[in-house]
Amino acid sequence: MNYLENRKYVIQAIFIMVGVVFALRLFYIQVIDSSYKQAAETNAIKTVIQYPFRGLIYDRNGKLLVENTPVYDLMVVPKETKQLDTLRLSSILNLPLEDVRARLKKARAYSYVKPSIFYQRLTTEDFAHFQDYLIDFPGFYINARTARGYSHSSLSHALGYIAEISPRQLEDTTYQGYRPGDYIGKSGLELEYENYLMGQRGVKHIMVNVRGIEKGPFKDGAYDTLSVAGQNLYSTIDLDLQAYGEYLMNGAKGSIVAIEPETGEILAYVSAPFYDPNLFTGKDYGKNYMQLLQDPDKTMFNRPIMADQNPPGSIFKVVQGLIALEEGVITANTRFACNRSLVNCHAHPSPLDLQGAVQHSCNPWFYQAYKLLINRNKSKNTFTDTSIGLKEWRDHALTFGFGKQLGIDLPGEKKGIIASPELYDRVYGKNRWKYSTIYSLSIGQGELGVTPLQMANLMAIIANRGYYVTPHLVKAVGNKNMPLKEYQEKHYTSVSPEHYEPIIAGMEEAVRAGTGRRANLTKLGISVCGKTGTAQNPQGADHAVFVAFAPKENPKIAIAVYVEHGKWGGQAAAPIAGLMMEKYLTDTVTMKDQEKWVLSREYLNLRSK
Amino acid sequence: MPVEQTIPKYKIATRSSRRTSRNILGNLDWVTVLLYFLLVGLGWMNIYAVVYSPDNVVNIFSFDINSGKQLLWIGTSVILITMMLAVDYKIYEHLAYPIYGTIILLLLFTLAVANPVAGSRSWLELGGGVRLQPAELAKFATALAASKFLSNVNLRQQNMKDQMVLALITLLPPIIIVLQNETGSALVFGAFILAYFREGMSPLILIIGASAAAIFILTLLVPKLYLILGIAVLMGGALWMDYRLMRRIKSMIALFVLIIGMIFSVDYFINDVLQPHQQNRIKALISPEADPLGYGWNVTQSKIAIGSGGLLGKGFLEGTQTKFDFVPEQSTDFIFCTIGEEHGWVGSTILIVLFLLLLTRIVNIAERQKSVFARTYGYCVASIIFFHFLVNIGMTIGLAPVVGIPLPFFSYGGSSLWSFTVLLYILLAIDANRAQDLSR
Ligand SMILES: [Zn+2]
Repeated sequence: MNYLENRKYVIQAIFIMVGVVFALRLFYIQVIDSSYKQAAETNAIKTVIQYPFRGLIYDRNGKLLVENTPVYDLMVVPKETKQLDTLRLSSILNLPLEDVRARLKKARAYSYVKPSIFYQRLTTEDFAHFQDYLIDFPGFYINARTARGYSHSSLSHALGYIAEISPRQLEDTTYQGYRPGDYIGKSGLELEYENYLMGQRGVKHIMVNVRGIEKGPFKDGAYDTLSVAGQNLYSTIDLDLQAYGEYLMNGAKGSIVAIEPETGEILAYVSAPFYDPNLFTGKDYGKNYMQLLQDPDKTMFNRPIMADQNPPGSIFKVVQGLIALEEGVITANTRFACNRSLVNCHAHPSPLDLQGAVQHSCNPWFYQAYKLLINRNKSKNTFTDTSIGLKEWRDHALTFGFGKQLGIDLPGEKKGIIASPELYDRVYGKNRWKYSTIYSLSIGQGELGVTPLQMANLMAIIANRGYYVTPHLVKAVGNKNMPLKEYQEKHYTSVSPEHYEPIIAGMEEAVRAGTGRRANLTKLGISVCGKTGTAQNPQGADHAVFVAFAPKENPKIAIAVYVEHGKWGGQAAAPIAGLMMEKYLTDTVTMKDQEKWVLSREYLNLRSK
Repeated sequence: MPVEQTIPKYKIATRSSRRTSRNILGNLDWVTVLLYFLLVGLGWMNIYAVVYSPDNVVNIFSFDINSGKQLLWIGTSVILITMMLAVDYKIYEHLAYPIYGTIILLLLFTLAVANPVAGSRSWLELGGGVRLQPAELAKFATALAASKFLSNVNLRQQNMKDQMVLALITLLPPIIIVLQNETGSALVFGAFILAYFREGMSPLILIIGASAAAIFILTLLVPKLYLILGIAVLMGGALWMDYRLMRRIKSMIALFVLIIGMIFSVDYFINDVLQPHQQNRIKALISPEADPLGYGWNVTQSKIAIGSGGLLGKGFLEGTQTKFDFVPEQSTDFIFCTIGEEHGWVGSTILIVLFLLLLTRIVNIAERQKSVFARTYGYCVASIIFFHFLVNIGMTIGLAPVVGIPLPFFSYGGSSLWSFTVLLYILLAIDANRAQDLSR
């Protein structure tokens, strides 16, 4: 007919050729090559995971902050369970029979041949008890791994905790290599340094024949990997100081952040109320976690880096003074009268220069200085002029680390708020606001939000006369003598060093003979420079703030204390800061009266202004 | 005498057109039907063997296990077959384009609305837990449309426009299917080349396709430098053997450059274009032993299962490797392992022979059709079944990359069984009525 019909032979030949190739290949695999039969004999490969030792965390003096303790999981391989006596198992483990059956069903659903966790975290007693019966339960075995342990009850917010990896994380490709049941850092340093702490999991492949008998390592261990321990972290925290801070804050709400100014190393990091980190290590972790999460005092709220909605209050006056000096709108000798028609104030000598204004925290003084800073006749239009001035002021303020994340090595740091022209344009409309709208910024109120960490960092800046190193909790990873590079850089503010001296002098006087007297350490020969503040709180009693650094020359500690509803910085916060500085600088606490006052919490009952 | 003989023949033809339903069964190709039910039945038994566990024996008919569900799919397939034989066979030709258009819209619709299942956007939820994979339907729809198109044009005339249209008909569904992330199902459409070859497409395309595949595989197996040197030596040898080729030296050099370009683009394609899981399938084909617990797992385990079957196999329900989940997708894509383990080389070869019988039978059925439409459709059916046979068995014995496509009539799954049943029985319905074509 036509020649194309012959192509049917070509096509059929292709079919038959493929069939013959398959048959030959199968003959080779099935009949000639015997290695597959041997492989099948020992095909069941049991993989035993070698959990690495998670890295430890030390404090700055070599004390252990976080260690590992052994825990035991009961594992099961459903395929290997023979004539399982569920009733006996339930009585040994002290579990209801239905629960035992449900756990078995879950394990079978996961895999018939692969091991899964039957019972997590046996207590040491349960483990010892069950071990005697293990031989009667083929298919069950104990997997030992380590969990976190703490020999103290401090620093929970910064340390964070580890827990089983979530199903959502398992689907995420950034967590490649994790398996169900693995533990992973969920918050704090455990999360931030997960990659260093976790180490590398090892895997052993053991061949098991069809009857469940171990036949030695698979391919002589060629595919086995050794577990590599995680790297240790060397923290900047002083555990004694930390514990003392928590002792002072126990029962109150608020934060303490203490920093070594020269290095940015965080010495103490208190978020009150706090919880015992051991709560998150046991079997009851889930229950404890939910309890803390729902507690009305917001215990899980990491206040030093997350409480960013409150204005800093009077402590911000030192920033306003520094910027005004840098811009040249005032000098150290500029005097303003305490004109209470502008903004209210309290009794003190008047008129004052800058040092005096800082010492007595004179509100009208800063109202007038800030007005010079904001309205500088750069535009004939007073609205535009205010907008320009605010923008320039804001650029200075940002260099102090406000309004942005400082970059602490903890997850969840908040930025805070620094008023901007855009913010007021949004609220009032363009050209609808001027100095009289925004003057409360001059005394640290209004559209300002500063975290306790940023407050402590401000003290570090002033102590350093113009720069800060990013505050951090870990100074070295793996090798104690290899400090992390990211925490070597000095961030300079836009204000020249010479302008800091009058401010520091005012702060010294504020502690020696002003509102910060309760932080005075002159008796011990230490000159403290500090500033009190009150953060207005529309929801209730005002919050008390005190920031300080000491000693004045060669500062070793910068500190911010924030007591919620403490009302008066001088009464509630200053004594805590004084005690903390004494403890850190002299290693002892002599001011027992002061300590008693703090613990009495009487300042919480003082009448507000 | 001759006059007397022609009259009864004519009478038979008219009688058959009057009493169609009776004669459809009479004219049905029972050999193919028998092969179909043999494959479906054996598949069903093997699906049972996969889930069978001596500790926990479940009845083969139980709907809790795959074999019971598969029986349901088989039962519904019989209903489908009855319906397809009852319908006027001409509608397949008349409705070829509308069916094709509908399926294209359905594919696009699925792509737009489907929720990804394991990364694939190819499943359409019909509600009540029933899901449909339109990509399966695209196979027979494309076969119908391509056959219809070829019944009106002649491929031998090398008309550029006709060839473009045919290419468009063939490539549109796989392009959408690739976008649905079902690369395996899309590759099947490559099989149509065989059918077009029969209808007059230049054999060059078949040869070029095969050579390109060979160079592709060789690039993976042999270091690039050696491969290029080898090709250079081969071509140099050809020039030396036959000096007349020197007159075509320019074409030879162009060809050489083309091959080198291809070698490098294969390298680029694998390392930069393919996604990691696709790279792993190719790596698993070349050297499964490099990572037997990782990407090589499927291939290694399936070869162990098949290899341990020996000459005669371990016996029905006696397999140890295929029982437990050593090989994933045991009852769908890797069903051949069960045959290999439990029925050995003899059983595997019998299954291969059954497939070859079916394929050659389909080719013969195609050849006896009088219309180009029916013949082309028959070849399309053979090509699609052949491609699945080639890749599915090939991957279980390490001769093809692990592409997730089922073994026709054999693997577990409703979508796949239905789509192959429809594909085959359209051909049988047309074939049973071919006498009427004769009389037209
Ligand atoms: Zn005043």
